[in-house]
Amino acid sequence: MTFPSSFPNGIARRSFLKGTGFGLGSMALSALLAKNQRASQDPGKQSQMRFCGVIKPRHITPRAKRVIWLYMAGGMTHLDTFDHKPKLAELNGKPMPESVTKGQQIAQLQGQPLHCFGPQHAFRQWGKSGQSIAEIWPHLGTMCADDLCIVRSLHTDAINHDPAHTFMNTGTMNAGRPAMGSWLQYGLGSECDNLPGFVVLVSTGNFGQKQPIAARQWHSGFLPGQYQGVEFRSTGAPVLYVGNPNGVSTAQQHDVVSAVRSLNELADQRLADPEIQTRVRQYELAFRMQTSVPDLMDVSGEPSHVLDLYGTKGGDGSFAANCLLARRLAERGVRFIQLYHRDWDHHGAVKEHSAGSAKEVDRGVAALITDLKQRGMLDDTIVVFGSEFGRTPMAQGDGRDHHLAGFTMWFAGGGFKPGFSYGATDELGYHAVENPCSVHDVHATLLHLLGIDHQRFTYKYQGLDSKLTGVEESVVVRELLA
Amino acid sequence: MPLAQNAIVRRLLALIILLFVAVTGRAQDGNVIEFNRDILPILADNCFSCHGSDRQQRKAGLRLDTRTGLFGATKHATVIVPRDPDNSELLRRITAATGDEHMPPAAAKKTLQPNQVRLLRQWILQGAKYEGHWAFQPIRSFTAQPTTDRAASTEILDQLVEKSLLAQQLTTSPKADTITLLRRASFDLIGLPLSEAFAAAFAGFPPAFAYERFVDQLLASPHFGERIAIWWLDLVRYADTVGYHGDQPISVSPYRDHVIAAFNENQPFDQFTVEQLAGDLLPSPTIKQRIASGYNRLGMMSAEGGVQDKEYLSKYLAERVRNAAGTWLGITLGCAECHDHKFDPFTTRDFYRFAAFFSDIKERGLYSGANDDGNWGPSVKVPTTAQSEQLAEQDRAIEEQQRVLDTSTPSLAAAQAAWEQAQVTWTDIAPASMRAKNGTQLSLRADGAILASGSRPDTEVYELSFCNLPAGVTAFRLTVLPDDSLPNHGPGRADNGNFVLTELLVTTRNGAEKAQSITLQNPVASFEQTGSAGGNPYGKWAIAAALDGDAKGKTFGWAVMAQAGKPNVAIFETAADLTLTPGTTLSFTLEQQHGGGSHTLGCFRIAVTKAQRPIANAGVLSLELAAAIATKDHLRTAAEHNALATHFRSITPLLEPTRERIKSQAQQRKLLLAQVPSSPVTEAVARRTVRVLRRGNWMDETGEIVTAAMPAVLATNAPEGRVLTRLDLANWLISADNPITARVFVNRIWKLCFGRGLARKLDDIGTQGEAPTHPELLDFLAADFRDHGFDVKRLIKTIVMSRTYRQSSIESRAARERDPDNRWLARQGRFRLDAELVRDNALAISGLLVSTIGGRSVFPYQPKGYWSYLNFPTREWQDGTEDSLYRRGLYTHWQRQYLHPSLLAFDAPTREECTAERAHSNTPLQSLVLLNDPSYVEAARALAEIVLQQSGPSPRQRLDFAFGRALSRPATDAESAVLEALLRNNLAQYTNNPEAAAALLHIGARKPAADLDATLLSAWTNVCRAILNLHEVITRN
Repeated sequence: MTFPSSFPNGIARRSFLKGTGFGLGSMALSALLAKNQRASQDPGKQSQMRFCGVIKPRHITPRAKRVIWLYMAGGMTHLDTFDHKPKLAELNGKPMPESVTKGQQIAQLQGQPLHCFGPQHAFRQWGKSGQSIAEIWPHLGTMCADDLCIVRSLHTDAINHDPAHTFMNTGTMNAGRPAMGSWLQYGLGSECDNLPGFVVLVSTGNFGQKQPIAARQWHSGFLPGQYQGVEFRSTGAPVLYVGNPNGVSTAQQHDVVSAVRSLNELADQRLADPEIQTRVRQYELAFRMQTSVPDLMDVSGEPSHVLDLYGTKGGDGSFAANCLLARRLAERGVRFIQLYHRDWDHHGAVKEHSAGSAKEVDRGVAALITDLKQRGMLDDTIVVFGSEFGRTPMAQGDGRDHHLAGFTMWFAGGGFKPGFSYGATDELGYHAVENPCSVHDVHATLLHLLGIDHQRFTYKYQGLDSKLTGVEESVVVRELLA
Repeated sequence: MPLAQNAIVRRLLALIILLFVAVTGRAQDGNVIEFNRDILPILADNCFSCHGSDRQQRKAGLRLDTRTGLFGATKHATVIVPRDPDNSELLRRITAATGDEHMPPAAAKKTLQPNQVRLLRQWILQGAKYEGHWAFQPIRSFTAQPTTDRAASTEILDQLVEKSLLAQQLTTSPKADTITLLRRASFDLIGLPLSEAFAAAFAGFPPAFAYERFVDQLLASPHFGERIAIWWLDLVRYADTVGYHGDQPISVSPYRDHVIAAFNENQPFDQFTVEQLAGDLLPSPTIKQRIASGYNRLGMMSAEGGVQDKEYLSKYLAERVRNAAGTWLGITLGCAECHDHKFDPFTTRDFYRFAAFFSDIKERGLYSGANDDGNWGPSVKVPTTAQSEQLAEQDRAIEEQQRVLDTSTPSLAAAQAAWEQAQVTWTDIAPASMRAKNGTQLSLRADGAILASGSRPDTEVYELSFCNLPAGVTAFRLTVLPDDSLPNHGPGRADNGNFVLTELLVTTRNGAEKAQSITLQNPVASFEQTGSAGGNPYGKWAIAAALDGDAKGKTFGWAVMAQAGKPNVAIFETAADLTLTPGTTLSFTLEQQHGGGSHTLGCFRIAVTKAQRPIANAGVLSLELAAAIATKDHLRTAAEHNALATHFRSITPLLEPTRERIKSQAQQRKLLLAQVPSSPVTEAVARRTVRVLRRGNWMDETGEIVTAAMPAVLATNAPEGRVLTRLDLANWLISADNPITARVFVNRIWKLCFGRGLARKLDDIGTQGEAPTHPELLDFLAADFRDHGFDVKRLIKTIVMSRTYRQSSIESRAARERDPDNRWLARQGRFRLDAELVRDNALAISGLLVSTIGGRSVFPYQPKGYWSYLNFPTREWQDGTEDSLYRRGLYTHWQRQYLHPSLLAFDAPTREECTAERAHSNTPLQSLVLLNDPSYVEAARALAEIVLQQSGPSPRQRLDFAFGRALSRPATDAESAVLEALLRNNLAQYTNNPEAAAALLHIGARKPAADLDATLLSAWTNVCRAILNLHEVITRN
């Protein structure tokens, strides 16, 4: 069952509520619809059923409506995946030139002899665009090379997982700032009436260390709690507390919610407190989520050719299953969908492990892009693929250490130039030297495509006009735009 | 009003009011433009980013954030000429037609509104009176003398509010009805709903004093400290885990309990402040003061491998600046870490000088191994009285046994002499050749030990050969030795001085013959590392792993991390006596395949013995003991004598029973001690160098070295001629001439009582914050607080006794139109309860609440798998049992990375940083929590049980009873009609479905009341769920 990405009017919503099999009752519904006409001054409080964000109108004509961020947690090696360095192969086993590493921040290889470690996988040119991608990505290479906009000149500020994730998601290493998804909820609002606008899915692979991921990565920081990311889980209740208590049927739960609403409305008649009106609406939304979330998670209605494309039957918490859910979330109007795959911290055996991790991810990613394309959704959906940092050109045994000075991310759809490569690291893959691109530049560029001028998108916090892109200069990388 | 009925008080008040009006009765001319109130926000918003304190961003060398700048001259003109707008360059530029002349420039993307321009012009016309930033000015006094009487302070408070209301043509709302007022005060002061006992007591007090007595009762309640602690713990980022990376647990609960106790005991806030920041620096600090000093150590910490010490030390230091500045000063000094503050007069140098106050705190950047050993820096054990007694008892018992062990007897002396006789003697053997396969240089030290140097490969294999060997060798000894040339003094070559001997092979070979393997057996070592042995199949870094043919993995072996810098030995017996025939060589192959950073041997030697097997039985003697035994008895030093005696008594079978007793008592003591919570404390050590870090870059070592100092713009009367300490900082914060701390404190307490501060921004009183709506009131309260010895309870009582506090929160039409945000306090606030209180309230209403104060943090129900993405180690939340499930929310285990989801849903902060103000959001996730979290379902059932057991039999009586518990009022007819219908539906459904009823009733750990009918109870459970979900129930109004 495909949902409209939004409910443009009361009629559509009415039919949706009927479709759930136990309409809220015509009186309640008319009250509900009447409520939607009322407006509140505070942008943080939803003036309508759906909050449309503070950026009205958009600063720029938007190219994309939503983002699906495929986050290769742990630090994907760029050198064995997307950034081919033949020179590194030549110098394999030789000392790393000191001129490259002198004064540079190093993580676990601190104080140890540094030796070059050549690429562990062969590279090929793929597609008409001839994108250079390692052979461990056969699906992506075959099906999607011409869709990708690969940036090989990323650099970041943090060299350890926790602060590097925080930097990638919030634009600063310090805790307490909103994640990008929260910023977007605040700025653009939601296009979905029965699901949260910022959804996180996490899968865990079988290679590399299972580095922790903090819920801080999808926290709304100093923005109000309604902009927080909501994790959809593959085991237990898909959203925390979304299931009725044992022994309470859906009809009974509905009765309880209706009674709460009636009593809250009685209170509202006495007090005319906008907070009560908001509370009433939140109960409606919560109740709808109790149906819409299980419905979203149930992929049994997907045709077999789609399941085959992703290579999953769903429900197993795999990355591929999450890719399928990402498409379903995108269809329903969810603004920011982030998929973490915890698998890429390859301090040892980087050859085997990067091949293993890539195998877990390759087909799902290629299927997602293909599926979006087939549905015409890739045009207004940005797919982001990358890690919190890269890995060293130097060996750490037979693995690689964390690396912040140069790494790769790629983008697809949503106004990014397809079949395009941009920027480069030096010949050893150490420093981003050609068109270096900061994490803030990525944020600025993504916001731009979503119709937002990053410099004008601020929130007053501790007296400062805080921005996702921080205080330092950052730019929209226009070369990446189609 | 009770007070007015007291003639004496009334006369006294009349006098004070007269006095007060005389002092403050200046004209309220609506047209007088005040710089701070009217002008400064315009300049700050539009001009300071280019003409403020940030040198990097400053344009044309012009500052508009200082008096000098504003009234100074540019190249061509004077910025502001008082009374002469037309000759004031500032006004000319903001009114210039577009183009280069026009300010702010287009690039700044800021536009002045016409009314703002008008205000600026008027201000100049009126003489351009300049004031410094309000928050940094001395507190203005409005009374000739400090008030002596709390009631008089309250009266002044009301007068000031009413004066502002009058100016706005608004009036105070009518008094709130009694129940609302009592419920409000109860939530505000103890964070719990109005209890029956308190309501009954209220009814029993003489009416004239009833409310005051009620307030006194709340202030005296032990729950008062809990309520205030919730707020304080947000500021000081209290949590039960370390926050970074693995977010491992750390015991901190005694700090939390200390805060509760301090507020309950009404410790003056100035003392409290000193103990928080510098309790450890006070003369002979008490345990409480040391616990309080744990404030400095509540920040996040990391045990993530690959973390650089220096980077994290700088992170911790910067966070302390942000926290102390946020907690006490309400300023955003953190902005100045990388650049001069853009809006406030704080420079990067100020930031690092402030940081230098904290540079004496003993800590590590990387808490390496803490995820295994729990060592997160200095801490103190905080036993309860009972625990202290038990520990002392055990200490006495152990001491007694120890005395037996220490007492020499003739039979022991004889046994020791015999044992010494039997000890093995060793002979060092010198290698004929040495070779390292992966490039390490091996050479002989002057004493004959083998020393590694040069290239430091990750893994290594050493091959040694020996040509001369005594005949009949029964065992080999490998001695690893420290050497100053090695990292951390060795004996290994890893950064921490460790090594891992992964395999040892000994062979003999005669000429070209095939090598013969020598079988080794019974390996023992003087020490085997147990730390970081998580994945080690031996459970430790065992010597046995060096003889196992790598059966359990080639990376495991013998290691000695905790003994870096010390010698250790390993002994291997030969299976058969070994004698080298002429022409035969003996080879040692030492495999060191661990990797992970050159875990190779740095300095070692080999010795042999001919002593009779079993060599290992007597244990392995350390080198010192071996040397002592080799020394003749009369030549031994006292230390050698002692060492030998101690060692002998630790092994002789004669003392085995005594040792066993000590061991078991020590074990018991250890178990008991593990029950005793510890709390992090501050210990001062030699100061670390603090530099100004350009752009906050910790790797930059070129910045100026700075010493501790207060921010220059605020510094007053700083002690001179010595290095300033945290104690100086604390004393400065609460000194009479620091106007900020008291203002910030009373503003935040005001927020607790009204939902909003007098200055709205609780986290920033700098120029970008909001000026207070009632500056006189804020100053009066701040002065009153300071002049009455920072008496927190007095301050709160001053506020909650006021008419302003006691008025209704229902908005009048006039107030809604004129003052929709209630800035002028024409009514009380109404707001949702804080996260912890939402649940506390449900537990209290349902009678489940266990109101014990303090103790270790607790684990109420949490969805399974919520911690799936934590690691090092992986964890699963274990729901608590019995009483611990029903404790107040402030005792819930505070996991920074995965805060309990029902707390998180209601905007509880993760406490990774200072939080001065929580959001009050209103979200669907909150509805899901109240509807479906088992804590609330169980509470609804428990409420239903009380309803059915204690109220009259009719549905209406029962509803009124339930409403009484939940809202301190009966249900209305309309409410009753809705809920009775809900009850009927549910009765019908559960009558037909007893399984469902049973399922609902078994949610939660507490068994349902056996005497109640399941259908009735389950139907009422759903009715009570509806009640607990009401907006009114979670709202304080």
